[in-house]
Amino acid sequence: MTAVIYVPRDSAAVSVGADDVAEAIAEAARQRRLAVRIVRNGSRGLFWLEPLVEVATPAGRIAYGPVTARDVPGLFEAGFVEGADHPLRLGPTEEIPYLKNQERLTFARVGITDPLSVSDYEQHGGWRGLRAAIAMADRDIVEQVTASGLRGRGGAAFPAGIKWRTVLGAAADQKYVVCNADEGDSGTFSDRMIMEGDPFVLIEGMAIAALAVGATLGFIYVRSEYPDAEHALRAAIGAARQAGFLGPSVLGSGKSFELDVRRGAGAYICGEETAMLDSLEGKRGMVRPKPPLPALSGLFGKPTVINNVITLASVPIILDRGARFYADYGMGRSRGTLPFQLAGNIKHGGLVEKAFGITLRELIHDFGGGTATGRPVRTVQVGGPLGPYLPVSRLDTPLDYEAFAAAGGMVGHGGVVVFDDTVDMAQMARYAMEFCAIESCGKCTPCRIGSVRGVEVIDKLRRGERRAQNLVLLRDLCDTMTNASLCAMGGLTPGPVISALDHFPEDFGLAGSGLSPAAGKAPR
Amino acid sequence: MDPSAQIIDDAIAAHRTLPGALLPVLHAIQDALGFVPPDAVPRIAHALNLSQAEVHGVITFYHDFRTSPPGRHVLKLCRAEACQAMGSEALAAHLTRRLGVEFKQTSRDGALTIEPVYCLGNCALSPALMIDGKLRGRITAEALDAIVDTCRRGPGAGSQGAGGGT
Repeated sequence: MTAVIYVPRDSAAVSVGADDVAEAIAEAARQRRLAVRIVRNGSRGLFWLEPLVEVATPAGRIAYGPVTARDVPGLFEAGFVEGADHPLRLGPTEEIPYLKNQERLTFARVGITDPLSVSDYEQHGGWRGLRAAIAMADRDIVEQVTASGLRGRGGAAFPAGIKWRTVLGAAADQKYVVCNADEGDSGTFSDRMIMEGDPFVLIEGMAIAALAVGATLGFIYVRSEYPDAEHALRAAIGAARQAGFLGPSVLGSGKSFELDVRRGAGAYICGEETAMLDSLEGKRGMVRPKPPLPALSGLFGKPTVINNVITLASVPIILDRGARFYADYGMGRSRGTLPFQLAGNIKHGGLVEKAFGITLRELIHDFGGGTATGRPVRTVQVGGPLGPYLPVSRLDTPLDYEAFAAAGGMVGHGGVVVFDDTVDMAQMARYAMEFCAIESCGKCTPCRIGSVRGVEVIDKLRRGERRAQNLVLLRDLCDTMTNASLCAMGGLTPGPVISALDHFPEDFGLAGSGLSPAAGKAPR
Repeated sequence: MDPSAQIIDDAIAAHRTLPGALLPVLHAIQDALGFVPPDAVPRIAHALNLSQAEVHGVITFYHDFRTSPPGRHVLKLCRAEACQAMGSEALAAHLTRRLGVEFKQTSRDGALTIEPVYCLGNCALSPALMIDGKLRGRITAEALDAIVDTCRRGPGAGSQGAGGGT
């Protein structure tokens, strides 16, 4: 009997040696004349255990990790192909608490299937959402998505159904569905994991969106930093077209949907939807003023649905299981689940899909096991480079869009970056401004010039130059950026700056200076 | 016709009918040559019915596109927050000191171009880098030294490695 062994193809797993492990397993099996089939699956998202190797046994899949190529001969000698004991044996994969305690809806198949097998996808519940959608009127599809409470997972959290309804209602000879796969926020990788680990779920979600709004052409704008994701998407689109899920008549419905992949070119701003549209049109990625809304005048001036990867990948399960099923997860106006990403200085970094409402403390301590360095947590940045820095006193805030915002945070795309007590928060504030200066599209002055001036003012503060005046100046500058920038890049960059200043004034040399960090704070 | 001119014309011919063709054309040229040569600009502009200023503007807007040839290998070191939380700035200082060049420059032996990158999506295994398009995680100073040594030793992957962003 041929043994089935799973070694992830996910680029993070490969980044710590998964390809070498797969090769070593193939070689060791050859030497031992054992028949094995190696499946290159997606990652389970338990990255500190990568490369995580699984073997299929009658009792389910058994995990071993982290495995190096050097461990492979020993694993064979111990009989790991039958799931035998070994120091690296982690037990049944599904029983590992980190995984068992999650609510995986969007990530239901990631790490389980062969990402490029259409039939594997189908056997694990794939295409059911699309089949359901084909049997429905366009209006009813939009209604399901609206009723599910699904909000944009890229960061802005705009209700997906409302956006779709606008596109559906627009009359045009051509409409588009664009997937924003420009996942540029530091500390995030959920989009990448979906694209590499279950690309068909994204394709299915986009096909459903196309049916719902009457679009016939779709684009996935994937960042150039994700070459493996791009390859996986291109292969999956080819396979889906071959199997009739894309093309002139999707599943024989008579409705056409074609899908293409476009590669970004290293500009963070192209994660902003209107800059992305300009980039797709072959231009500099410059932010467009709104209105017009992209839903009415988007790509090439046509009505366009723009959603990020996780949003679209969450649509198939909503159509398959119903809006109610999805909306039963979550709290308040944040319905469903969010794939959180534990990153930075964290012991057990990885992907944790949970219903909204979990706290940062649960994520960082219960799942994450604290810092990788073993030192105390000093601050956490949630929501990418535009997310404020939170002190540990805020760790018990539930992660819900509204509740978290009320506590001074931003859920964003769900990235959680942990820092230990060696971090210099004045340096992090400076970096926030520097990043904005590097990545600003340059269209509006507060962002383009304000970020450069911000770096200079923070440098002066750090050198102790005219602290009182520069403190007022920094707050004034941040106020201008917040209120006068064209998009979130300039508008939200003050978040990490001001939060660093408010919560960690001692890092700015303000301790014992007699200066209040609140100097210059506008009365509200 | 010199070979790079042929590559440029092939890249244009393969992509010019796409809607929004400019980025796909530029990527195809850089994938093949490692950079976008200045003499490609008028050819692209002519084929896509754009001004040379528009093409130049797009090339210079995006961090990925180079206008001069890179070294034999391209190393992109992540300098974003998650990697900073795990010591990437010390790695950056180590790298520039060791090579004696700054970011976006090439070591004098032509072996290695170093570029900053802001997130490779490997944030649970920080610090991360990408060498010739291959992602690496949990990078230590020793691992970085080993990568640099390997790049400097042989002629390596040649210009294929130069398409590091792809």
